Amino acid sequence: MAAIQGGFLANLGRIYALYTGTFIGFTIFIGVLELLGVPNRILGYLFIFLTLGVYALIGWLARTAEVNEYYVAGRAVPAFYNGMATGADWMSAASFIGMAGSLYFGGYGGLAFVLGWTGGYVLVSILMAPYLRKFGQFTVPDFFSARYGGNVARALAVVVLITASFTYVVAQIVGVGIITARFLDIGFQVACFVGLLGILLCSMLGGMKAVTWTQVAQYIILIIAYLIPVVVLSAKVTGVPIPQIMYGQALEKIEALEKTFGVAQPYVSAFTDAKGAYSPTAMWNFFALILCLMVGTASLPHILMRYFTTPSVKQARDSVAWSLFFIFLLYFTAPAYAAFAKLEVYQNVIGQPIASLPAWVSSWGSIGLVGACDGANAAQTFALCKGVTGNGDGILQLSEFRLHTDAVVLATPEIAGLPYVISGLVAAGGLAAALSTADGLLLAIANALSHDIYYKMIDPHADTKRRLIISRVLLGLVALVAAYVAGTLGADILFLVSWAFSMAAAGLFAGLVLGIWWKRAGDAAGVWGIIVGFGLCMFFLIATEFYGPWVKQSLSWMGDINIVKIRGRDVAYIWGINNISVGIFGIPAAFVAMLVAGWVTKPASAEMQDFIDSIRVPAGSVRNAEAAH
Amino acid sequence: MAESRLTASQQAAYWEKTKRLMLFILAAWFFFSFLIHFWAPQLNTIRIIGFPLGYYMAAQGSLIAFVLMCVWNAKAQDRIDHEFGVQDE
Repeated sequence: MAAIQGGFLANLGRIYALYTGTFIGFTIFIGVLELLGVPNRILGYLFIFLTLGVYALIGWLARTAEVNEYYVAGRAVPAFYNGMATGADWMSAASFIGMAGSLYFGGYGGLAFVLGWTGGYVLVSILMAPYLRKFGQFTVPDFFSARYGGNVARALAVVVLITASFTYVVAQIVGVGIITARFLDIGFQVACFVGLLGILLCSMLGGMKAVTWTQVAQYIILIIAYLIPVVVLSAKVTGVPIPQIMYGQALEKIEALEKTFGVAQPYVSAFTDAKGAYSPTAMWNFFALILCLMVGTASLPHILMRYFTTPSVKQARDSVAWSLFFIFLLYFTAPAYAAFAKLEVYQNVIGQPIASLPAWVSSWGSIGLVGACDGANAAQTFALCKGVTGNGDGILQLSEFRLHTDAVVLATPEIAGLPYVISGLVAAGGLAAALSTADGLLLAIANALSHDIYYKMIDPHADTKRRLIISRVLLGLVALVAAYVAGTLGADILFLVSWAFSMAAAGLFAGLVLGIWWKRAGDAAGVWGIIVGFGLCMFFLIATEFYGPWVKQSLSWMGDINIVKIRGRDVAYIWGINNISVGIFGIPAAFVAMLVAGWVTKPASAEMQDFIDSIRVPAGSVRNAEAAH
Repeated sequence: MAESRLTASQQAAYWEKTKRLMLFILAAWFFFSFLIHFWAPQLNTIRIIGFPLGYYMAAQGSLIAFVLMCVWNAKAQDRIDHEFGVQDE
């Protein structure tokens, strides 16, 4: 295996180039099948099962029995490939499926996601990645334990890690469920478990090593799948296949059409309310969300642990730049995707007779993602039409058209009348995005349970074999629970994901940053930082989401609190801030708690300060890593 | 790698330079993440090939700046590492 492994790493470029060529050839082959009249359903099956098969194959080839390979891919992942793997790890169902959707509806407001999910890498680059790589252990809780005096800090970090990652992974499985349900024509709950199988095949046998090489493969598919439909749309609408430059024209046309439809809030207007007037609340929400997403980026363990896998500190830094570049390719395309989709709907769907609406309206309508609500009994056909009264004139007006956020990316190829092969491609890309992130998250959770809880806290003498078996069993169990929760609850992907960012940001960011940048901080500072930051964040999250009226009544001393009906609940908005940005209460609180606890307790020991000096410098060994124990 | 420790003053000088680089990029990060977008409504009145400028900065301009910052940081920190002879490859 060692010889093959060496051969694999030496030939990465050739292997993945061949893989990319094969995938493109395969897509063309499906396109030919479509021309020959093979039914769409079969094409969808081919895309989903063949890509799943490839991931499973990579997962099988990369199986390992070595701890170092299982937890950190043998620290042999070059910066460039780790960048791609991080890109796939990072871009989840929320980025691939949800983001263009929220841009479609939110216009400028949706750009908070685009900014928030890219800028955080600057923080990773300057504040964390190189130092965590130098520290050179297996998990993020390892760092908390070494820096802040052992198992109390470790356990708290594990709690944050599991809460945030689990929330996040549920959202991913919902995404997998939506795609498989639509393209395999099976029920949503069953689809969640089918997707789960794909996730486990990738990660169970090879841990981080398998996940890494699958994620590189998944990145290639997801970026091709995301770019192709927009490039085709751009060529179709503007004649030039460079959507990122040409969608300026689409924006202008959208604005012109908005005037004829009488839309009050223009698509590109910044910080406006529903009436189109300037709104400071919209602006503060925009900035609060950006801050939570960026800080969350620099705190989410499944991302940080990717930088444990590079061969050197230098490559960890280079790898952050590559990661952001690969992520950027999708993120600067998303607004173009949304603009062309919106233009397509405005031009070719609105104002059409109900009788002649294309077939996709009913196929996406039947799973509750599209609604054409003209007639009085439209709600019987379209679940989305509940509560919408059309005027029954046989023509689809803008106010009668309903589209689910998560359907924008998946349905646009069909809306624009592109060949079905592109829809299949997009589905394969969405699946790759959701699976790759779910893999990374499940691995982070399973590693925290098996490495941090079992090995470090319960049985430090467990042998390698036992540790890896326990890790795999836990991986399977966590995945099952997540699939069950996703299948039963289902939920809006974007808000679950945003919560996960707030949780990680409030719980871990202060401890990570000050752990490296403030030598004085002692054990108490680290422990209190997590307790106060994460505690406050969770308190506000649960209170505002589930006990909105209580918050309004009891916390009115905090200032302005209003109740918004959303997700079927009375949700409290404190100072008008949407509770997806609940991290803005926790992040500063964590810093304050750490600074106070750090100054009133005695400074970190000389050994600890020497340990910090040694992780600040790339060369040399890490000194006193065990000082805490 | 030979185990050659920096002296206390070298370590302090190395960290001072690293910290300055960090603060410089942090400031740029703050500018492109938050500051510039405060003026989005005003910038939106300027149009470039169809894009309102405020919209463009949030959709593309700041993103390009973020990528450049990460590349810059990697290169500049590498120079500092070489200056002190503490590079790890």
